Amino acid sequence: MSKIIASAAIRGSHKVFKEAEELLQKVIAEKGEDYEFEFPDTAYYLPMIYAITGFAVKTLKDMKQALRMTESMLQVEPEDKVWKPYLGEALDSGMATLFAEEIWLALRYIEGLEPEKDPVTGYEYNGFITDTIQRNLGIQLVDGRMPGFAAIIGAAPDEETALKIVRELQEKNILVFLSGQAKDKEGKVTSVTRQLLNQGIELGWDVYVVPLGTTTEHTLYALDWAIRASMIFGGMKPGDYKGNLRYTKDRVFAFALALGEMDDIKWATGAGAINMGFPAICDTDVPVIHPTGVCTYEEVEKELDHDKIVQRAIEVRGLKVIVEKPPIPIAYGSAFEGERIRKEDTFIEFGGTRSPAFEWCRMRELDEIEDGKIIIVGDDWKERYEKGGVMPLGILVEVAGRKMQQDFLPIIERRLHHNINEGQGIWHMGQRDINWIRISHAAKQAGFGLEDIAKIHHAMTHKRFSAIVDKVQVTLFTNEEDVIKWREEARQEWKARDERLAALTDDTVDTFYSCLLCQSFAPTHVCVITPERLGLCGAYNWLDGKAAYEIDPTGGNQPVPKGQLIDARYGRYTGVDEYLKKASGGAVETLNLYTIMENPMTSCGCFECIVAIIPEANGVMIVQRGHTGMTPIGMKFSTLAGTVGGGVQTPGFMGIGVNFITSKKFLYGDGGIKRIVWMTKALKERVKEKFQQRAEEEGVPDLLDKIADETICEDSEKLLEWLTKVGHPALEMEPMI
Amino acid sequence: MEEKVIKSANEAAEKIVEWAEEHHLETCFDRAQRLKPCPIGESGACCRVCHMGPCRLVGPDAEEKATGVCGARLSTVVARNLVRMIAAGTAAHSDHARDMVLTLLATAEGEAKDFKITDIEKLYRVAGYLGIEIEGKAVNTVAKEVALKLLEDFGRQKGRLNYLKRAPKKTQERWEKWGVAPRGIDREVVEAMHRTSIGVDHDPDHILTHGLRTALADGWGGSMISTDITDILFGTPRPVKAEASFGIFKEDEVNLVVHGHEPSLAEMIVDVISEPEIVEYAKSKGAKGINLGGMCCTANEVLMRHGIPTAGGFTNQELGIMTGLVDAISVDVQCIMPAIAELSKKFHTKVITTSEKAMIPGAIHVEYDEHRAREVAREIVKIAIDNFPNRKTEGSHITDKYPLIGGFSHEYIEYMQGGRWRASFRPLNDAIMAGRIRGVVGLAGCDNPRVQSTGIHKYLATELIKNDILVVSTGCGSAACGTAGYLTPETALEMAGPGLREVCEAIGIPPILHVGACVDNSRILTILTAMAEEGGLSDEIGGMPGVGIAPEWMSEKAIAIGCYFAASGVPVIFGGESPVGASEEVTRIMTEVWYDRFKGCLHFEPDPDKILELTYRYIDNARDALKLRKYEPGRFGVERKLLSMADRRKLESPARPHEGVK
Repeated sequence: MSKIIASAAIRGSHKVFKEAEELLQKVIAEKGEDYEFEFPDTAYYLPMIYAITGFAVKTLKDMKQALRMTESMLQVEPEDKVWKPYLGEALDSGMATLFAEEIWLALRYIEGLEPEKDPVTGYEYNGFITDTIQRNLGIQLVDGRMPGFAAIIGAAPDEETALKIVRELQEKNILVFLSGQAKDKEGKVTSVTRQLLNQGIELGWDVYVVPLGTTTEHTLYALDWAIRASMIFGGMKPGDYKGNLRYTKDRVFAFALALGEMDDIKWATGAGAINMGFPAICDTDVPVIHPTGVCTYEEVEKELDHDKIVQRAIEVRGLKVIVEKPPIPIAYGSAFEGERIRKEDTFIEFGGTRSPAFEWCRMRELDEIEDGKIIIVGDDWKERYEKGGVMPLGILVEVAGRKMQQDFLPIIERRLHHNINEGQGIWHMGQRDINWIRISHAAKQAGFGLEDIAKIHHAMTHKRFSAIVDKVQVTLFTNEEDVIKWREEARQEWKARDERLAALTDDTVDTFYSCLLCQSFAPTHVCVITPERLGLCGAYNWLDGKAAYEIDPTGGNQPVPKGQLIDARYGRYTGVDEYLKKASGGAVETLNLYTIMENPMTSCGCFECIVAIIPEANGVMIVQRGHTGMTPIGMKFSTLAGTVGGGVQTPGFMGIGVNFITSKKFLYGDGGIKRIVWMTKALKERVKEKFQQRAEEEGVPDLLDKIADETICEDSEKLLEWLTKVGHPALEMEPMI
Repeated sequence: MEEKVIKSANEAAEKIVEWAEEHHLETCFDRAQRLKPCPIGESGACCRVCHMGPCRLVGPDAEEKATGVCGARLSTVVARNLVRMIAAGTAAHSDHARDMVLTLLATAEGEAKDFKITDIEKLYRVAGYLGIEIEGKAVNTVAKEVALKLLEDFGRQKGRLNYLKRAPKKTQERWEKWGVAPRGIDREVVEAMHRTSIGVDHDPDHILTHGLRTALADGWGGSMISTDITDILFGTPRPVKAEASFGIFKEDEVNLVVHGHEPSLAEMIVDVISEPEIVEYAKSKGAKGINLGGMCCTANEVLMRHGIPTAGGFTNQELGIMTGLVDAISVDVQCIMPAIAELSKKFHTKVITTSEKAMIPGAIHVEYDEHRAREVAREIVKIAIDNFPNRKTEGSHITDKYPLIGGFSHEYIEYMQGGRWRASFRPLNDAIMAGRIRGVVGLAGCDNPRVQSTGIHKYLATELIKNDILVVSTGCGSAACGTAGYLTPETALEMAGPGLREVCEAIGIPPILHVGACVDNSRILTILTAMAEEGGLSDEIGGMPGVGIAPEWMSEKAIAIGCYFAASGVPVIFGGESPVGASEEVTRIMTEVWYDRFKGCLHFEPDPDKILELTYRYIDNARDALKLRKYEPGRFGVERKLLSMADRRKLESPARPHEGVK
């Protein structure tokens, strides 16, 4: 019964607490109380303690204080007979466990023991999960690509079962964290990480399987990740424990799979996770807790059949998994998107610099094509494919539909990359005529044929665009002369398309599109996407918004009629304001599209870059996600991101997509790109070509060189010196403030 | 041979009753047998409000034809009588509350030096309800402001009681719409007495409407104030382990009983009995120590906060003395049978009255004053100690006792559903919505020698929990369940329906939650409000799948409580003969009319099985109206295996849990 679990959790919390306390004493003796610590690349201190109590732990002394708070949450075990209630007490013990684990892991970082190296295999675990990774994955959390997260604790009875469970989760695009250990059926203490490594399985972020460490306590890293989502994306304040925990329960679809026998620390950590609304599903004969309310559904469930355990977990956490697999002989899912295929693993490849290739999507009339028809043109293509090596390949995807429009073609075409990449053992890079496809030996052995490429495109184009596409026909060209001939035709259309796209401006359309996808985790945030301003995540432009609305008229992208233009310089429209008020639930009243200074766009947290004002330089700096260095305003990206996200307008700070930098409307009201005084080197590289063109239009052809980067300075004093030295135009412009 | 009449369903009590009969000692049970209730008064048809009468409004077609000398019709008389009971009940709780507020004030001003603010967090929460700023203020300053603000509720002439706004908005709207929102506590009681005096208000509906207003001044006024302040002064209850029944008395220790309703002096006695000098003093008299026990609601107050054992409810008070083990019984106010003073003369027991409001001929009077509380407490304890050597051997020495878990304040009930960080009523609401729990019943009120005392409580409690209904109990209802051994978590495993059992097991609670004294019925109002605010059930108190039951009521306070629950939106069922039974019109108003207006009502139903039937009907109808899943017994908590043939075949090679780290 539940009392067994509560008792174990209460015992476990005392154990973990003692562990943390002893290590803290040791580290204080070594380093002194004032020794400072932060986890790598986070603005959230010890995230769990910070989110729940609002206390920012910065030093060992702070840890001591946090540990005292933790101690006050410890409880006594319920008695054997006439016991007092234990659920609230067990949950408090669970939270105490998480606090103690967080402190313990922080101390291990100080001691150089984290990220942990596996004593058996030598594998280096992930350790603490950075803010950057969290933000990178932000958009996948909401667009349905990643329906949930599984923390697997312990070990499966055997290696095959471990693989089967992990593969099943991967196929459903569920992100998997691994920690802890247990005995396998031979009685050997092992872990799912080792069980997978023994089978030569690739692990890491690219494949959605992330080993955190060898102990149960390492599971805390995954929970730290979950609780940060609430502050990063949900705009919840540290210390607002109710808000933060409601957020994780309602919006972070995590669950624990406990494989192997349970112990006190596993139960204690599980009780901590239940505080967050994350249930545990065990493969052993444990007591269950079915009444709901703390979690959305059951709190603790058992499933002894490993064939059913993933399905049971999905039911218990209430995940919405929609995966339609194309009819191909390999596994399929976005978990396989990051998978790499090395040269020696490659059976056959197409394109790259190795053979002529292209992939092109064009629109036809309904009676011109036949749905599901696959045409492969080429002499002896079968034999040549069977031989492996290199082959030319032209992919022509023809689509037709009553609601199909020319404007949707680039969107469908861009998904061709994902279509291929999500297959296990096949790999794709690039687009249009610079595409590159590899098929691995493993995929070939599984029976993957050339026609399967066409099958994938047929199935996935239907699935992704069912509202606008009625028919899909795929033709593959394998003769070099055919490929070259068709590539020429495609290039003509791409040119026309690009020109048309360039002609689309904010002034020439009468409707913008909103993106509310992120409202599932940042409830007051609304992206307004215009032809000249793409979504801040970089993943959605105006055409995407338009297509998405056609595909699903009640979905996350809605038309925003521009209405009257109130302010041309700052980009304020009556229609936008009206829409915004409604869609943000009254949180945002008005928006200026072309300035950072007054009522700028809010951010969810998925932004590619942050633009921030540097008042003394009379300009702005831009830093991209993943840049871990310092910036001239004295904040790293991670700290900066904390002030920008959560759907609040923060004048002087704004999240944007990379491509917005080279838009004519970038800070148009504030003076445009001439305001950029500092930008990371990586960003400069990325926007170089287009930026040069824009700089010339603005009459400052050497602007990019005048913009400082991290190799020139990382503080405002040196920045000013540099700007004065090179004569940056921002210094001469009207004051920003 | 005449069949033996069982007086009390509590076996220990019954043994003492038998012992008393053998020794020719009279108890309330004998008097109840001998003295049948006056049938005219019992049904509300006797009018005594002026001296032209008393008038008996009886006879064929009395409803239409009978009048008093003044011409008052039966429905007027019946309504007036009921409203006078409400006024008395409200007065009782509220006068008790007034003393609590004055004690808080005296404490805050440093005049009652023996008391302190124990639960500062609760003080701040109450300050929050009252809109009192706490930032930068000393605790005692906040306490003083809280006391003064609450004191306003008693003498306020216009406006509304402070706490009405704690109710769900829709409930408040109903009160305003039907004119039952109370202004000031004293004003409503005075007005009730005025309206029901000779020649004033004669429209039964109009009279009863003011009755509800008066009752609400009890529930959301006096009672709620008392609960809050008692928590502030003495701590908000959390689960405690205690014991119940007569076996709590110890042969070798001084047995002192606190009996009545007020907590202040009892709290001080709890404190004093552990003072070393006092313990030494007891030892000097040959006792091993001092054993404090409680009775009635003073017992509930100190049980909830300190785990002081209880010897039971109202009908146990004479029986306690008959154990021969009680060295002194200290009484305050309400439900004290004057019979104990006379009875005590046959034993060595000293009866001590302590309230300036209540004296009993034959008892020692040691008057309590909050300004010298400790001194008074010591004096009382010493009387008990001094009396220990006088203990004689006679008496029915009973050793039965039952463990229990009490202390379920609404704050803890919220906590137990999610701990410090996730406290809420979501799990309870979820469980009701899913049909794991069919509904909630407040099982409260007195125990009564007119029936097999505590018997109906026990019967209903066992039936309700068997049918997946969570029971919250207060007052002598709690004592009845406690002395029956039902207030243990084990009861959930042995006696509760499978759905309720699952919830009790998950949290670790008994299926019957002891939420406090009768004045703490206000906690149930707070719980219902929290459930409405949590969402998923009704958005007001009315319409919840919940019922209030007082099966053995006898006090006027019970009528006030029943009426404030009805006006708040809870269908209430009282046992025993109806005090408004004479008038169909009044009965109709209190059931149908009130239900239309408030979604609450007050029934009188002597048959326990019919009480159950009515309860299930109200609960299931509320579930239907809320479009909740239909309650199906056995749907939850039992492993139902509906297997396909394929699955059946698989059973031969069952999936085995794999063994891991031990």
